[in-house]
Amino acid sequence: MRKYTPKHDVQHKSYFNDRFYVTPQTPKKNPNEDEVYSKDVEALENKFEISKSYIEIDELVVYINAQDNVSVLTFLRDELEYEMLMEMSAIDYIAQRGGFEIFYEMLSLTKRKRLRVKTFIRQKQTIESVYDVFKMANWAEREMYDMYGVKILNHPNMKRILMPDDWYDYPLRKTYPLIGDETAQWYEVDKVFGKEYRDVIGPEIRDCANIDRYDTERFSRLGHEVPYGTDISDGKEPDTPISYQEEGGVPLYRKLKPEDSVTIKEKR
Amino acid sequence: MAQHKVNYLQDGGAPIALTTVDKLVNWGRSNSLWPLTYGLACCAIEMMATGASRYDFDRFGTIFRASPRQADVIVVAGTLTKKHAEFMRRLYDQMPDPKWVISMGSCANTGGMFNTYATVQGVDRIIPVDIYLPGCAPRPETLQYALMTLQKKIRRESIFRSIKKKRLV
Repeated sequence: MRKYTPKHDVQHKSYFNDRFYVTPQTPKKNPNEDEVYSKDVEALENKFEISKSYIEIDELVVYINAQDNVSVLTFLRDELEYEMLMEMSAIDYIAQRGGFEIFYEMLSLTKRKRLRVKTFIRQKQTIESVYDVFKMANWAEREMYDMYGVKILNHPNMKRILMPDDWYDYPLRKTYPLIGDETAQWYEVDKVFGKEYRDVIGPEIRDCANIDRYDTERFSRLGHEVPYGTDISDGKEPDTPISYQEEGGVPLYRKLKPEDSVTIKEKR
Repeated sequence: MAQHKVNYLQDGGAPIALTTVDKLVNWGRSNSLWPLTYGLACCAIEMMATGASRYDFDRFGTIFRASPRQADVIVVAGTLTKKHAEFMRRLYDQMPDPKWVISMGSCANTGGMFNTYATVQGVDRIIPVDIYLPGCAPRPETLQYALMTLQKKIRRESIFRSIKKKRLV
């Protein structure tokens, strides 16, 4: 018997491999090397469980537990003066570690410092919304759900933000092909005409350099145009010289004859 | 009755011009092509430039209308995303016949550089297209030339023949 391979998720392969590009690792410094950051890390470690912390390109990175995220961000805002959440999103580590890394980029205007809070969740684990702490998280969390499928708890308006509501799957995951899965490739045809018109309209042409001289339904050769759908498989399409509007047919327009034109020597 | 003899058929003999119904109707249609005010991406900037004073679409009788009910031609100016495809089709359906479509720029023609999951690979998957404009984005002169070509196409049409189905449904 042949070896069984599961076929139900045949489109779900990871397109990530590091054959061609390996992200260079930046040097990581100890937080004690910076005066402000060492105090911040100390304050955080007293209240929460910090699994790892380092300074990477002048920015403090701390790893927290996923269930602490709201309290850590509240603490950072109220006690440590990191009063802005600049950005938050997820990183797909499904292939390597079976989940997502969630990051929150914080900025302190008074200290003029940036801080990155990182946490890891498993693929189907939910994470609490930080919308109550930072209003900015409203759309950022919706985008995170839209693009990665990270479910957010207690979000005021948990639905997709960029893709249509009936979109299938999450486009920024590494398992998602760039040109889309089957649902994505037929999305507009299914939506506008219905599934039965897939045969009429045909699949998408993804090869942008594709030219077929004998296909008179999609192409017409300049100077050899024929009516739509004519069979020219014998290669004997007639010449149709390029004509212009002013060559008769339209009143008032006349083509300029070069011999009739006059060049004025002096400005009148 | 007439005191003087009028040769109606002679040129300039009387204020009468003879023509065919086709020519008369097509003259009217082709010289008042009203496009829909509808821009999708950066091509729309070029379309606006074509409509503005320097290139002046108005001299072709082309005046942008804000309602699909008053429009004859729709210029698909820019990337059509899959999310937007059904709205695009709805606008096209709301336009009264006869109607024409200009697909402006690489994105509208074939999806262009957006060979991705979220872009419709050619607007002709959704609506039938009369004229494809190359360019990224096309210069205003290109859009002008497309409009003149469309006028030429309309002038060749017969009004009594039922409108031929172009590509799609």
